[in-house]
Amino acid sequence: MAVGSIRSAEAAVRARGVPRPWRLLAGAFLAGSLLVGLGVGPVGIGVTGIVESALSHLPLLHVHSPLSSIDEAVLWQIRAPRVMLAAIVGGMLAVAGSSYQGVFHNPLADPYLLGVAAGSGLGATLAISYAHVGHSGQLLPLCAFLGGLSAVAATYVLGRSAGPARAAGALVLAGVTVTLFLTAIQTFVQQQHTNTLRDVYAWLLGGFSTASWKQVAVAAPYVAVASTAIVLHRRMLDVLSVGDDEATSLGVDVARLRLLLVIAATAGTAAAVSVSGLIAFVGIIVPHTIRLLVSTSYRAVVPLSLVVGAGFLVLADVLARTIVSPAELPIGVVTAFFGAPFFAVVLRSSRGMR
Amino acid sequence: MIELRDLAVRFDGYEAVRGLSLDVASDEWVMLIGPNGAGKTSVLRALCGLLPYDGAVSLDGRDIRSFGRRELARVIAFVPQNPVTPAELTVAEYVLLGRTPHLGRLAVEGRRDRTIAARALERLDLLPFAERGLGSLSGGELQRAVLARALAQEAPVLLLDEPTTSLDLGRQQQVLELVDSLRADGLTVLSTMHDLTLAGQYADRLVLLDRGEVVVEGPPGEVLSPANLAAHYGASVRVVHDDGNVYVLPHRG
Repeated sequence: MAVGSIRSAEAAVRARGVPRPWRLLAGAFLAGSLLVGLGVGPVGIGVTGIVESALSHLPLLHVHSPLSSIDEAVLWQIRAPRVMLAAIVGGMLAVAGSSYQGVFHNPLADPYLLGVAAGSGLGATLAISYAHVGHSGQLLPLCAFLGGLSAVAATYVLGRSAGPARAAGALVLAGVTVTLFLTAIQTFVQQQHTNTLRDVYAWLLGGFSTASWKQVAVAAPYVAVASTAIVLHRRMLDVLSVGDDEATSLGVDVARLRLLLVIAATAGTAAAVSVSGLIAFVGIIVPHTIRLLVSTSYRAVVPLSLVVGAGFLVLADVLARTIVSPAELPIGVVTAFFGAPFFAVVLRSSRGMR
Repeated sequence: MIELRDLAVRFDGYEAVRGLSLDVASDEWVMLIGPNGAGKTSVLRALCGLLPYDGAVSLDGRDIRSFGRRELARVIAFVPQNPVTPAELTVAEYVLLGRTPHLGRLAVEGRRDRTIAARALERLDLLPFAERGLGSLSGGELQRAVLARALAQEAPVLLLDEPTTSLDLGRQQQVLELVDSLRADGLTVLSTMHDLTLAGQYADRLVLLDRGEVVVEGPPGEVLSPANLAAHYGASVRVVHDDGNVYVLPHRG
């Protein structure tokens, strides 16, 4: 074949990545979710109000906010941090889930696979029961974060003791072991401190009712570093999909890559859990929806999970705080109640596609 | 040229290969044959860094222990017996994975990588399949896709573990002809092979392994003798020599 026709064939020889229509759609979904999150509530604020108010905070533009000072406060001190927190937690959980699924070749892997949830839960329970921090205390996120990281560290040490040959499977089993053990301790502590059960339960269910810019500032750096690391490794996750042996024969240090991705996903998840409690579902359903609708290549799944996960959790939080307003539903109830039927539809309709 | 000196491979407490010395010249195709468990696959896995070994292996005079993992993957490409081929990856995406040892960890493929992958696809008549999912390919097409990925690796040494398993007779011959033609590009091929008649017709040299040791080595016509196959396979065969080819026929004695 002549050089010219090779050149023209090159057009077909490329990785799909994120197809342009999906890029636009995902971007629009996130932008729309953020606007809904900022606008909906006991005080309704219109889109133009939000946009002009946002512009008025930028220097040199000389735009004047049309909102009253009360609306301004509601928008920027109450809703904006809540929306931001939901977005970074949702994006982090979804991207961590996609990363775990790739690293462990396990479609059911979720961000809590290696014991983050049990560790954070125990950390939070100890803080509430013994340090009496209440379910909105400053110390709580730190204890949950440390608990989550320690649990995964224990899982990692235990998993490695089984030897490198069975590394991936052993790590998952070690995660189950650590989770069961820590859950037993947590149940015991709860039994001993029934007076704090309510606070512990409120934290475990997860939610953003206590969101503040301070919490955003606590979680954001971890989430930024962790999700960037995972997104940059999206091609490597595709390489891992041919299995450990073949990835090794392609020159990849599989053990090191797995460790790096596990650390990134775990640190990000622990940071997210520490400010939001345990929110199930996002880390599994978002990546799988993208696999079914767009592509199973991690070059699509990872970046889209980040964007769609953020938008999804913002919308779920809007429902959590409006459906039984002025009370709030636990956000985990919302993600599962609306996410599960949606996923069922996607699962059914994708049958004909392949 | 690849040289193995006194290669020993040990895993799970037993010695799968011992005392193996072998030279494979550039453009040569050497096949490892032998009964199940003789250690054929272990040799290939040791060479591409999947199993630790004792002894020395050098490529063009340089010890491969001095190669980093990525560097090794740039000189030795490995096609396992049952490659993992994720059904949803396109043929193009799969072949581009072969560029991994040439890319930085966080890099994505550039124009040059796509040209090389396109050439590999062209070489194996797969260009029309570039955008198809691996799951939609037949066994023969899939095996060609796996070979194309190995070619995209641009390694001078190609290791093939049972390249014809699960292919029908015609596809077996096509794949072997393809591998044979790739040698014209300067590729050194070391493979394992189950089918002795095909081994006899495509290999330059055969190395018969039994219980981890080389028992006979030489041109197919010499290695594939009824006595050798009875002694090491426990097989009763007739060997027919006809127009320069060797045919190994199972014979009920």
